[in-house]
Amino acid sequence: MNYWPLVGILMVIAGFAMRMNPMLVVTGSALVTGLLAGLEPVKVLATFGKAFNDNRIIAVVWIVLPVIGSLERFGLQQRAASLVRSLHGATLSRLLTAYLAYRQVISAVGLHSTAGHAQTVRPLVAPMALAAAAREQGTLTDEDADSVKAMAAATDNVGLFFGEDVFVAIGSIILIQQTLKTYGFDLAPFQLAVWAIPTAIAAFLVHAVRLRLFSARLRRTSR
Amino acid sequence: MITLAWIYVLPGIMFAAFAVLGLGDRANPRRFGNSAFWGLMALSLLVGDRIGDVGNGLLVLGLAGLGGFNLLGRSDPATTSEQQREDCSIRHGNRLFLPALIIPLTALAGTLAYNYTPFGQAGWIEVKRETYVFLTLGVLFALGVIFAWLRPPALAPLNEGRRLIDSIGWAAVLPQMLAALGVVFAAAGVGDIIGRFAGSIIPDHNLLIGVTVFAVGMALFTMITGNAFAAFPIMASAIGVPVLIQQDHGDPAVIGAVGMLAGFCGTLMTPMAANFNLVPAALLELKDQYAVVKAQIGTALPLLVFNILVIWLAAFR
Repeated sequence: MNYWPLVGILMVIAGFAMRMNPMLVVTGSALVTGLLAGLEPVKVLATFGKAFNDNRIIAVVWIVLPVIGSLERFGLQQRAASLVRSLHGATLSRLLTAYLAYRQVISAVGLHSTAGHAQTVRPLVAPMALAAAAREQGTLTDEDADSVKAMAAATDNVGLFFGEDVFVAIGSIILIQQTLKTYGFDLAPFQLAVWAIPTAIAAFLVHAVRLRLFSARLRRTSR
Repeated sequence: MITLAWIYVLPGIMFAAFAVLGLGDRANPRRFGNSAFWGLMALSLLVGDRIGDVGNGLLVLGLAGLGGFNLLGRSDPATTSEQQREDCSIRHGNRLFLPALIIPLTALAGTLAYNYTPFGQAGWIEVKRETYVFLTLGVLFALGVIFAWLRPPALAPLNEGRRLIDSIGWAAVLPQMLAALGVVFAAAGVGDIIGRFAGSIIPDHNLLIGVTVFAVGMALFTMITGNAFAAFPIMASAIGVPVLIQQDHGDPAVIGAVGMLAGFCGTLMTPMAANFNLVPAALLELKDQYAVVKAQIGTALPLLVFNILVIWLAAFR
């Protein structure tokens, strides 16, 4: 067996660990992996290029930027912040916990692409979370503001990952079904989706507790 | 029928506009780099199917060179000041949320209507791509409302979009590069090597160790490739099917479904899943590009343990 392609993985791990530019790390690793697997140089380039072209759907979500940018021009982020300031019960942990629940529920009914970092986190959730945090502890340092924004993004990811598999027609459920079918285990998507529910509940509880601890720690460090 | 190729047209035109407008941005000393980079993205979206695999490969090398050697700068299109934004937000009030909500609501309503009413029966959109079509429609509706109500200068949406995309920079393209890297890994047989290695370290008939190696292997291999989809077929063929299902008679539904979720715990902990972990750091202008990954580890590790316990307790009744 040819173990040399593993060098490509080591390149990626070392490159990310040393904080080299990821564009170079990824391209270098792809070329080296392909060559060490014994592919012709032109074939390596063609495989990498075709795969990039096949994944263009990833770039489509940037179509929302002109709308988000235009609304920022007219004060959307400021509005999101002042809305939160006007809601007395809207603490940082309650706000993000509510978004976590919303994100899990819409993902669980197959509407996972309707929210996301560009669509909802940057224009709405992050400024609201910052405003809630600022109200609870006076002014925020830059480090605190960054950690609040990072937690808002993390909340979106947790809600998406542990909500979407409850939906029967999602890619990962179909992949599990197809993979097990090749070994002779023919399962209905519903049988698989049901088993995503315990982890979905656990993810909500674990992350909600972490959000409470996170906002309590922010309040403590500010005093 | 509206196919994927149609969906790429509008973002393609948008990136082409970013490239053209960027050329005139004299505040950005690296404006030619930005312009070339977004120009290549426009080319990929508009004619990617016609330039051949090698042509696409050269295009990717161009993107990697421009992004990798720091040839992109921050642009500075004319926009409103912080004070103007504050005033404007007071003047327009909560109605400012409406255009922002048009996009998710159109995507939501459109997807639901397409799947659950006769409106979708005609099959005029490529299967499983309807959300992207309604997302695009939502963007057009929202722009219409913004122009009719707020009356920005004609080029303002494109320039504001350019401001955002230039603040994200090459990180906007990294997820697609990583997806392509995953395909190269698969073609080079990396998965088989990892699977064989993982399969060789399990002692016979120790259920908890077998389940743990399977779930932790899913998480680790997902961290390496950035994608649980790449890890699942490999870990299933190495451990999931031969050891847990066939040898120990585990329930395939539990092992498959929860095994995938163990992989998702890995997705939360790796910069390789760039669109979830690095792109938001750029989009939110965080100083530490790994800040989102760090915020997620505390949720991912307890969940990984939980997933191991679910498989162990529920799959072998």
